[in-house]
Amino acid sequence: MARLIRTEKEVEGRYTEQWVVVEEDVLEQWPEGPLQTVGRPATRVDGLARARGEARYTQDLRLPGMLHAAVLRSPHARARVTRLDLEPAMAMAGIRGVIGPSDLEPLTNEPNYEGEAVAAVAADTVAQARAAVEAIDVEWEVLEPLLDAEQALAQKSFVTNPRDYERGDVERGLAEADAVVEAEYRTQSVLHNALETHQSACEWEGDTLVVYTSTQFLWGVRDEVAKAFQLPKDKVRVICRFMGGGFGAKGSAGDYTMIAAELAKRTGRPVHCRLDRREENVNSGNRNPTIQKLRLGARSDGTLTAIDAEYECLLGWDGWLPPTAGPAQMLYACENVRTVERGVRLNTPPMDAFRAPGFVEGTFGLECALDELAAKLDLDPLEVRRRNHADHDPMDERPFSAKELMECYRRAEPHWERRHEVRARSEGPVQRGVGLATQLWYGGGGPPSYAWVRLGGDGTVTVVTAMQDIGTGTRTAMAQIAAEELGIPLERVTVELGDTAHGPYAVVSGGSSTTPSMGPAVRSAAADVGRQLIEIAAQRFETEERVLRLENGKIVSDLGGSWAIEDITGLLEDGQILGNGARGPNPTGMRVLTFGIQVAEVAVDMETGEVVVERIYAVHDVGRVINPLGAESQIEGGIIQAIGHTLSEKRLLDPQTGKVLTRTLDSYKLPTFADVPEIVAELVDKPDAHLTNLGSKGLGEPPIVPTAAAIVNAIRDATGADVREIPVDRETMLRALAEAREREKRGAPAAV
Amino acid sequence: MVNGGLHEVDVPVGTTLADALRDVLGLTGTKIACGEGHCGACTVQLDGVPVLSCITLVHTVGEREVTTIEGLREHPLVQAFVEADATQCGFCTPGQIVSAAALLAATPRPGHDEIVHAMSGNLCRCGTYPKIERAIEAVAAENRGG
Ligand code: FES
Ligand code: FES
Repeated sequence: MARLIRTEKEVEGRYTEQWVVVEEDVLEQWPEGPLQTVGRPATRVDGLARARGEARYTQDLRLPGMLHAAVLRSPHARARVTRLDLEPAMAMAGIRGVIGPSDLEPLTNEPNYEGEAVAAVAADTVAQARAAVEAIDVEWEVLEPLLDAEQALAQKSFVTNPRDYERGDVERGLAEADAVVEAEYRTQSVLHNALETHQSACEWEGDTLVVYTSTQFLWGVRDEVAKAFQLPKDKVRVICRFMGGGFGAKGSAGDYTMIAAELAKRTGRPVHCRLDRREENVNSGNRNPTIQKLRLGARSDGTLTAIDAEYECLLGWDGWLPPTAGPAQMLYACENVRTVERGVRLNTPPMDAFRAPGFVEGTFGLECALDELAAKLDLDPLEVRRRNHADHDPMDERPFSAKELMECYRRAEPHWERRHEVRARSEGPVQRGVGLATQLWYGGGGPPSYAWVRLGGDGTVTVVTAMQDIGTGTRTAMAQIAAEELGIPLERVTVELGDTAHGPYAVVSGGSSTTPSMGPAVRSAAADVGRQLIEIAAQRFETEERVLRLENGKIVSDLGGSWAIEDITGLLEDGQILGNGARGPNPTGMRVLTFGIQVAEVAVDMETGEVVVERIYAVHDVGRVINPLGAESQIEGGIIQAIGHTLSEKRLLDPQTGKVLTRTLDSYKLPTFADVPEIVAELVDKPDAHLTNLGSKGLGEPPIVPTAAAIVNAIRDATGADVREIPVDRETMLRALAEAREREKRGAPAAV
Repeated sequence: MVNGGLHEVDVPVGTTLADALRDVLGLTGTKIACGEGHCGACTVQLDGVPVLSCITLVHTVGEREVTTIEGLREHPLVQAFVEADATQCGFCTPGQIVSAAALLAATPRPGHDEIVHAMSGNLCRCGTYPKIERAIEAVAAENRGG
């Protein structure tokens, strides 16, 4: 029965209370371990389409009569448009439409960051559109941008109200400590750089607006666009069958969608608006920089007595305050915790979610400080983490729905033990060391999410749901789940997704929520088909439903005898069996989180400051694993991205003008083939007994969370230097080494 | 010549090979991710040599043989990429396969360093590198007859 409940909904650590109607989950979880299909490695069901270059991305759309848009963006971090003449653009060859600030909401004549959109044109070709943008006659009054964090804090320039949290008494906790670490950590701005840039093509079909877009959230785009154009929601149809990466930055419609839709309306033709790489790197979101002031105290046995943390999150002009204090609040069973998070507003491009927003930054500071504390106390860092293990949610005493962190620690032990052997391999200027860091993140997903499953007369199964596969392999995971439930081979299942007009509502692919939200819905839809199949079989073979069950693609009777599924579906000819499924509620009164630990091995050249990551061991607890092969790829991908933000990636701004200097893939250093270490990935793979009919959590984000801290802790192990900022480029490394030498000269003991 | 077929294209001077392939010939398997020669997504082969089609002007191609992913669909690397799970979002994948195919043609049994060297111009933001290496090694092992 449908039940109306008020529930907490979490996406990327943002909690809201809302009403949802949920179907009670009536299915028992499958037993633990690899089953027929679920839990076994599966190659991607859409792998061939992608590898053969047949997959059609938004960038590959060629709609008849399609025009191309280009956007006039502010070259200044803060300015006022004093004169704007669109006429010269309109007069140019191939131009079909021009819009300015008075025509559309996101266009402005008072830009507050570089790249904010001012005007846009649509033309027959991209080159014509670009030329027309150049021809727009615009004069700017350049205003003084606010770029300095200190100054912004003094002026109380915030995007949202600061967030405070407190339990116990940190001052008392610090007074009780035998050792205290007080330090400042900094993280940089990181650019997503999905290889497919942000883009949409919009086309009006009568009163319906069709939006083809590279997105992580079809339904979010639908709602935003419907609101902006004052349309009933279902008069906006959003389509994305293949998308070329998002990593958090493609969760909303973006100015390019609104521009394409408005220009399509005015010209009566489809319009494609695509950011180029340089626009992408200025204007499509970023991981916000942070300045973290931490004080950690512990007793001589390593028990944490206090965590005091202040986070300045430099969000840029807009955005939201990511849960940067989450790890400090939830990772350890510390009684005295105080955190402050401030979302500082500056005249820089707005942040957007980037794979585990907040937790990547917060884990870096916390886990580095904890290692510094362990060094001061001369304790084993792994032991310190065990000692402070939280058996229940330290924020509100709620039990965890499941937590296998101790098992992760146990499995990491032999990899941590390698440190003696790794250190011994140091030679000459190249010093080697090992470090570790714990991971904590959300990833439980939630309702509402729906799926349909249809079984055709020929025995093939199609899963239909309007979700998206952003490259994480969710199509494959959904197919595996349906195949498992119906006891049929994976090859018999097709997954249709990516179109709000073709299938029910599905969650955002963000916050590691796709599999834990959609998987249970798909399973319950498949089970609905299974139930009907048995009802029909019982009638056909004149037996009772309760003696029949589905097994290995057959209907098996307890009384002996079995029939192929086709013996039933074959009766239907063109008839179909249609199943409905919905995501059930999350367990009440429980905290659903993912956990893990990574162990990094590094080599540091003490003369050049070069840091090479040689090996990463990762073990994560995300409940039941649907596809171990795809999961391994997710872990590798997360770690490689993390190596990027740990060692080489950094958005640089001109300190005077606030302009982004790293606009190209030449100046912004993504990890390449040559930067990849040996990666050993493991998953605990134990279903969360309290979470849904699957017991699965999301894996998109956990692997990127602890890597930076593990690497930096390995650097300390190798060199004795405390690195407190990322990226650790050579300059940063050499500075930290010089400081360590200074400290040694002054007689203070170096880290152990 | 594109993938064994003769094509004559009539486009403005300055048109890139990538645009000609995608917009004139409809061969959208070749992707454009940066458009300025920094990422390798647009890699095609010119007479067997990998080039960046986004910074190659089409009128310089002349009679040479262009091979795109559409011409390599039956290459064993395609299946190997799928089996190794070397594609996530897949946007870089065609360029990766075109580069890897050129590598294997020149060096049927590449070692780790040769793979890294040949593939370092192809960025993958999803981080499929370890799996790509596995895919290349799988095909190389077949070349070895193993
Ligand atoms: S698209 Fe040609 S190198 Fe990036
Ligand atoms: S698979 Fe996404 S960029 Fe390579």
